[in-house]
Amino acid sequence: MFRFIARRLLETIPVLFIIVTATFFMVRFVPGGPFDGEKATTPEIRHNLEAYYGLNLPLHQQYLNYLDRVVLHGDLGRSTKYASRTVNEIIADKLPASVELGLLSLTVALVLGLAAGILAAVKRNTFLDYAASAFAMTGICVPTFVLGPLLVLVFAIHLGWFSASGWYGWTDRVLPSLTLGVVYAAYVARLTRGGMLEVLNQDYIRTARAKGASELRVIFRHALRGGLLPVVSFLGPATAGILTGSFVIETIFQIPGLGREFVNSAFNRDYTLVLGTVILYAVLIVGLNLVVDVVQVWLNPKLKFE
Amino acid sequence: MRRLLGFLSVLLCLSAFSGCGPRETAVARGDREQVLHRGMGPDLADLDPALATGTSDYTVLSALFEGLVAEDPKTLAPVPGVAESWEVSPDHLTYTFHLRANARWSNGEAVTARDFLASWRRVLTPALAADNASLLYIVQGAEAFHKGQSADFSQVGFSAPDDRTVRITLEHPAAYFLSLLQHWVWWPVHLPTLEKYGSAFERGNRWGRPETFVGNGPFTLKSWRSGQLLVAEKSATYWDAANVRLQAVHFYPIEDVGAEERAFRGGQLHLTEALPIAKIDAYRKDQPQLLRIDPYLGTYFYRINVTRPFLNERKVRRALALAVDRDNLVGRVLRGGQLPAYAFTPPGTGGYTPEARLGTDFAEARRLLAEAGYPGGKGAPVVELLLNTSENHRLIAEALQEMWRRELGLEVRLVNMEGKSALVARRMGEFQLMRSSWIGDYADPASFLSVWAGDSGNNYTGWSNPAYDQLLYQAARTEDPDARRQLFQKAEALLVDEAPFIPLYYYTHVFLIRPSVKGWYPTLLDHHPYKHVWLEAP
Amino acid sequence: MLSPSPEKLPSAGLPPTLEPGTSPWRDAWHRLSRNRLAVFGGVILIVLTALCVAGPWFMGNDYQSQDLRLGAVPPNAAHWLGTDTLGRDLFSRLLYGGRISLLVGFIATVVALVIGVTYGAIAGFFGGKLDSVMMRIVDILYALPFTIFVILLMVFFGRNIWLLFFAIGAVEWLTMSRIVRGQIMSIKRMEYIEAARSLGFGRRRIIFRHMIPNILGPVIVYTTLTIPAVMLLEAFLSFLGLGVQPPMSSWGVLIKDGAEKMEEYPWLLIFPATLFSLTLFSLNFLGDGLRDALDVRSSKD
Repeated sequence: MFRFIARRLLETIPVLFIIVTATFFMVRFVPGGPFDGEKATTPEIRHNLEAYYGLNLPLHQQYLNYLDRVVLHGDLGRSTKYASRTVNEIIADKLPASVELGLLSLTVALVLGLAAGILAAVKRNTFLDYAASAFAMTGICVPTFVLGPLLVLVFAIHLGWFSASGWYGWTDRVLPSLTLGVVYAAYVARLTRGGMLEVLNQDYIRTARAKGASELRVIFRHALRGGLLPVVSFLGPATAGILTGSFVIETIFQIPGLGREFVNSAFNRDYTLVLGTVILYAVLIVGLNLVVDVVQVWLNPKLKFE
Repeated sequence: MRRLLGFLSVLLCLSAFSGCGPRETAVARGDREQVLHRGMGPDLADLDPALATGTSDYTVLSALFEGLVAEDPKTLAPVPGVAESWEVSPDHLTYTFHLRANARWSNGEAVTARDFLASWRRVLTPALAADNASLLYIVQGAEAFHKGQSADFSQVGFSAPDDRTVRITLEHPAAYFLSLLQHWVWWPVHLPTLEKYGSAFERGNRWGRPETFVGNGPFTLKSWRSGQLLVAEKSATYWDAANVRLQAVHFYPIEDVGAEERAFRGGQLHLTEALPIAKIDAYRKDQPQLLRIDPYLGTYFYRINVTRPFLNERKVRRALALAVDRDNLVGRVLRGGQLPAYAFTPPGTGGYTPEARLGTDFAEARRLLAEAGYPGGKGAPVVELLLNTSENHRLIAEALQEMWRRELGLEVRLVNMEGKSALVARRMGEFQLMRSSWIGDYADPASFLSVWAGDSGNNYTGWSNPAYDQLLYQAARTEDPDARRQLFQKAEALLVDEAPFIPLYYYTHVFLIRPSVKGWYPTLLDHHPYKHVWLEAP
Repeated sequence: MLSPSPEKLPSAGLPPTLEPGTSPWRDAWHRLSRNRLAVFGGVILIVLTALCVAGPWFMGNDYQSQDLRLGAVPPNAAHWLGTDTLGRDLFSRLLYGGRISLLVGFIATVVALVIGVTYGAIAGFFGGKLDSVMMRIVDILYALPFTIFVILLMVFFGRNIWLLFFAIGAVEWLTMSRIVRGQIMSIKRMEYIEAARSLGFGRRRIIFRHMIPNILGPVIVYTTLTIPAVMLLEAFLSFLGLGVQPPMSSWGVLIKDGAEKMEEYPWLLIFPATLFSLTLFSLNFLGDGLRDALDVRSSKD
């Protein structure tokens, strides 16, 4: 296993390199630059800005400089939008709120989603199955930009239990985590149900049953292991997305997270911030997909680390 | 009787301790403690007045800094700020400001003439690349210094005969110079502080943080969490601190207008920056005391690319402009009390109201189009209208598209683009019609009409007219207000006649405000000097 | 309920093709047609599609004609589902919008499905170096910034509706391929696969005839989850300028607009959302029915 993990970690180096390189050139070919604004700046000001950020150098030179800074110094550069902040600072400043929101939402998603999914699979085609599936479907049919404001209207404005926006005390965590969590719960529930149904018919489950294992043991010891496979595959990339912040949730609830920067940096053509957030996301994707592969082997002893 | 009293008191106690009463909202608490909570629109990028670019930056910076002149809270007329008095030379070229002795930075040091000069030098330093540096070009020699043609700052028309006198010499007389001074790019920064945290003449200086910040405004920076909250609290060193009634201002960057309105309703904000169109009618009907509609110095219009066939015909352009039902556009689509626009400069800009009119006249529009050779739109090409994506822009464009289809038989195709892509299309002239808006930097027609000058960087339509440029040039050098206005009238008449644009409406600022906020007057530039604002619970 | 019913007893681990009798597809169809929920879902989908495709023909160009004086009014006799703030008939806008949304939902999902399943199955089946390389490519594609990618697409290829399908399909297949790969890996050492191998079947046949049918459950479930995601993603792409241009609309755009006005003009949210949900529910019923019908293990009674 350690050899497997070590090899995978080695593989991340070329992967990250390709991502950084591709992103670097992609953002440069997109029309518009960081200094295009509604009101025109004079050519002199534009020239000076470009000189300050090193954008007047030949592109390959900029690329090498960037790699040099990132690899040797871990310096993601200066943001063009936030004149006195570095990308490292912005990420350090904004990531914690996103991670907190992400972990809370993941908890909501896993608790609700697994419960609903297992129930639906085990009690297949009964009222419980339909109820759990209806819950999951509602989570899928109601997008976050509808659910979020709806929850605020009911629980914050009408009932006065929570604040309408902000990210200060623990009460401010409830509505955003619920909104984001329910969507993912819906996915988890549907995938769990599907995965479990697949497994409940497999020979080894029948064998376990034939050997007289209790129903609970069959479900949690055997069926869940196999049944969770699709959920785990889905959760890898989903977790990377959820931890780096959700633009919609952060906007609706005014949360100082990274999700807004992620989206806005692309619109602002804040090259360094785009690259910084992409690198962060890439590391998470690669890391979490590695975790997924390890978990998959653990869930299914027939698999081997290849 | 005694028993009854006892019963009642038990009831009272129960209700008092049950905690069922609503929690005290931020707003109610703010009313008690003189803390103003306001939405500020998009987040602030930086706290450096030289580098600030957005209109929302003014919202915060005006609490933290003060220039030579300040503004009257009702009229925005120049009133003494750091300068307690000033004189203008007979030729209107030299302004001499006398700084007050008790003007202080938030670290207790005196605000001196040298601070101002150093700050302006900083703005004009090419390497700093300050976005608004060109607003200083009106000062003699400033443009040459900024463009690197001269490296000698003493050649620029700034001087400080002593610590408490600032003298500014202009390139040409400018009636609006004192208004111009109210722009944040003219505000001073404390250079010794900047030098502690990096180079004062380069970007990326880290001084604008709560721990290191030094300003000279009525408030000073207490805390700042980007994307969440910026707190400015009353400055003890401000020269007029005795007359500042607010103890603190809390600024909330809320980009989503819907979320901002909900925060207001939930008792978190005294003031919002905006209000969704759909909500205007509801507030107008149910809670008119919370709704405010103030005039705002801005014009919403469509640029016409006059280099394109079809649109290069003046009659076609005029037909397009005449076939817009502005009353319905403003009354039914926008619903925010906007004024229909028939020219470019908003009425009342620096005492000037344009007389030229590009009014609504469907019959005339059809006649012009027929004269141009496209009766009933026959033979006319499909016209593309480019807009940067936003709900409101789209609504307006859809309404106009339908008007042109119905009234002129013209087919207009809407093309929406993400913001920066649209800006590039504008710069490259890759558009036919383009949604645009212009917000005045200062209350003077020049701030608007200069957009259309041949050498203007903001024109983009390909239209230019030497006679027009000549009129603007003359106006810039005319001191007599009436003669100057006449020149602007002529220029605007010329512009409207050739119609390189379609005026749609003059902006209003639609927002929500609690009745407890006092001293918040409607002003054209949406400036509200915080030192004159206070809270009074109803 | 938990004990296997007699008709669900395992088949003998032999590939279905070795058995004589009716074709598995006809069996599946037969089972599907007996599943009332699935039939209901299918019928609703067909009716909705027919309405969206044919409906507008009977309504003329109504989706864009405005009545500013009328503005937004609730459902009434003239406008069955009410009007929007420009006084346009919501019913016809929904039907026109449905064309776009259903088309995008269908095509982009098929693209994602075909690429994702094939890619994932190949990676999972062969494993080793090939799998490593293929999955690292997926990691890379995950990480590239989507907004930038879409804007670039428009720069190079202009705006057209096929690009929309491509852009959406290009991101939606990634998770599908990871799920399929995981499933394939988990069954490839199962007895019946080993049996198929020992019978000397080719790899292609093993993958497509024996393995994919056995992992259809999660694939179908994830497909039904992809469709709503795709329809909402379309609204974002319209924002970027790819996708439908106003005054044409789509369900995603209508829901997004309606959400901003839900307190004042609730019908602008309720009707698009209802249609959207109805479609998704039907798809799920149909999907679940399909899954049951195609279940190879319960197929041979």
